[in-house]
Amino acid sequence: MSQKDIFESNLRELADSEQCQLELDRNEFTLTINATQALSVFEILRDKPAFQFDQLMDVAGIDYLEHGKTEWKTKQATGSGFSRGVSKNTFGRFTFDNNPIDNEMQTPRFAVVYHLQSVANNHRLRVKLFCENNEMPMVNSVCSLWSCANWYEREAFDMYGIVFDGHPDMRRLLTDYGFVGYPLRKDFPLVGHVEVRYDPSKQRVIYEPVSIEPRVLVPKVIREDNRFDDAVEPKAEES
Amino acid sequence: MAEIRNYTMNFGPQHPAAHGVLRLILELDGEVIERADPHVGLLHRGTEKLAESKPYNQSIGYMDRLDYVSMMCNEHGYVLAIEKLLGVEAPERAQYIRVMFDEITRILNHLLWLGAHALDVGAMSMFLYAFREREDLMDCYEAVSGARMHATYYRPGGVYRDLPDTMPQYETSKWRNDKEVNKLNEERSGSLLDFIDSFVDRFPSCVDEYETLLTDNRIWKQRTVNIGVVSPERALQLGFTGPMLRGSGVEWDLRRKQPYEVYDKMDFFIPVGVNGDCYDRYLVRIEEMRQSNEIIKQCSEWLRNNKGPVMLDDHKVTPPPRADMKDDMEALIHHFKLFTEGYCLPPSEVYTAIEHPKGEFGVYLVSDGANKPYRLKIRAPGFAHLAGLDEMVKGHMIADVVAVIGTQDIVFGEIDR
Repeated sequence: MSQKDIFESNLRELADSEQCQLELDRNEFTLTINATQALSVFEILRDKPAFQFDQLMDVAGIDYLEHGKTEWKTKQATGSGFSRGVSKNTFGRFTFDNNPIDNEMQTPRFAVVYHLQSVANNHRLRVKLFCENNEMPMVNSVCSLWSCANWYEREAFDMYGIVFDGHPDMRRLLTDYGFVGYPLRKDFPLVGHVEVRYDPSKQRVIYEPVSIEPRVLVPKVIREDNRFDDAVEPKAEES
Repeated sequence: MAEIRNYTMNFGPQHPAAHGVLRLILELDGEVIERADPHVGLLHRGTEKLAESKPYNQSIGYMDRLDYVSMMCNEHGYVLAIEKLLGVEAPERAQYIRVMFDEITRILNHLLWLGAHALDVGAMSMFLYAFREREDLMDCYEAVSGARMHATYYRPGGVYRDLPDTMPQYETSKWRNDKEVNKLNEERSGSLLDFIDSFVDRFPSCVDEYETLLTDNRIWKQRTVNIGVVSPERALQLGFTGPMLRGSGVEWDLRRKQPYEVYDKMDFFIPVGVNGDCYDRYLVRIEEMRQSNEIIKQCSEWLRNNKGPVMLDDHKVTPPPRADMKDDMEALIHHFKLFTEGYCLPPSEVYTAIEHPKGEFGVYLVSDGANKPYRLKIRAPGFAHLAGLDEMVKGHMIADVVAVIGTQDIVFGEIDR
């Protein structure tokens, strides 16, 4: 059995005992776990010699609000012209006063994705956990397990408003002092909401509502490509 | 008795040793640092958000501007993620070109780091020597892409074009007379590979010159030995990668451990430090420059002997040749679709990591099947390093902060994104 097979069987064992899902896609393992069991699973992943994930490489938030939605239907032809794709006020083409995005969602909206690496065993693993509450996303902090989680979690909080319970210093990291909103959320306009300039008469820097027009030239389209079907999963005809 | 309180000092954001726009709030007890709180984000441009609103290929240029001293390596991480999602691989010649330019970029990065770090610590002349060699490498960038910094040379499916047969030439100006220009152009009279070969032959002696100035220099050693010591355990905990991890004695290099492109065919060593201080990290980076030089030499030799395509022939992803578009309808349609709408990636997610000059540069790409990324997360090596600054400077003198910032090789383009 190769190293990778042993690693995979160990992961399967863990997934069965902790009741989480394990996926293998493009040679990368993804473990999807529940927010409640997160800390105990992370502790096993870090300390068990079979895994020994001694490095946390990255923590990324994701907002699934617009996942799989498009601006340009490709199945049937429509009567309207090119403008339907570039002037409709959807993704990226809206401002704060005129926000068409409905942020009600039945399925979990936010997820936190951790990328782990084991220097000792030369393995990588992606751990994904969905936040249970869409209004107030909250997960446990892993700062006690990996010190570098501190800034990564601050960034995820700053960008997505995901709160990390047990974090020692939950401040904003990248945005301006006094910033309002969570910029990487899908219902946050691409143009933002304030702009800054120096006002010579007041002799100080002032904030003003943004004056630029929201503009995205290329519409988002999803095209089904048969070439990818068999690469990703076996086709339905086979069964 | 008077009450004794710690003194809080603001450092930056406009400070030459802050390497861009770092604002540090230092809590001092006399001249000893109790706590350092970096305030970052002054260069935050929202690269990740911008990428979500653009077709995949239009974001390659943003990657150059992340870590703006090692441009092509950033592109490399991004195009590898796209290629992995598509399930394609660049032709072999393109892989060699990428590896060669990754190493040229590594030397570029380490030269700037060396110059700036030495300048911060007080060795003025290093900066001038380092920039002398950087100029030549910038010319290599210019020769392949037309741009001296932000190249946008790597594309999903290969590189934009093959290595050129001529080098850009200098012209006489107010600052350079005919004699000087002729001397410069003499080296640039052959092809790019000739120029690279002549550089590779000359570069080790240049590194010797840098070492003569610094390695045994008493002042340099006083400023770097035993400063910012990180144990291997702490380096792993803090998410350090690249020379910061190797300086602490962990032999970890993605080019070796998780090889991508043709690194498994390359012959090179991984230098590691012993004490994990600023001086060891300096030695590691110096040796890395020598090793990169060897890799460039091997790539250049292979590229001379092996011709071939540098871009995939799959015109759903790569543009068709201009000549084909003149008389082939299909090529014209492909070109039009590619440059207006882009291509769609299968719905899935990938994480690709490359050994960037500063450490592990990772790209986490989530696609929902559209022509734009659904989520693009960039794992910048400097981000984790700067997060560890507090721990590294605690208990050191205030002047050592500058040495530690220097040794971390901070560039704000990638930290703030």
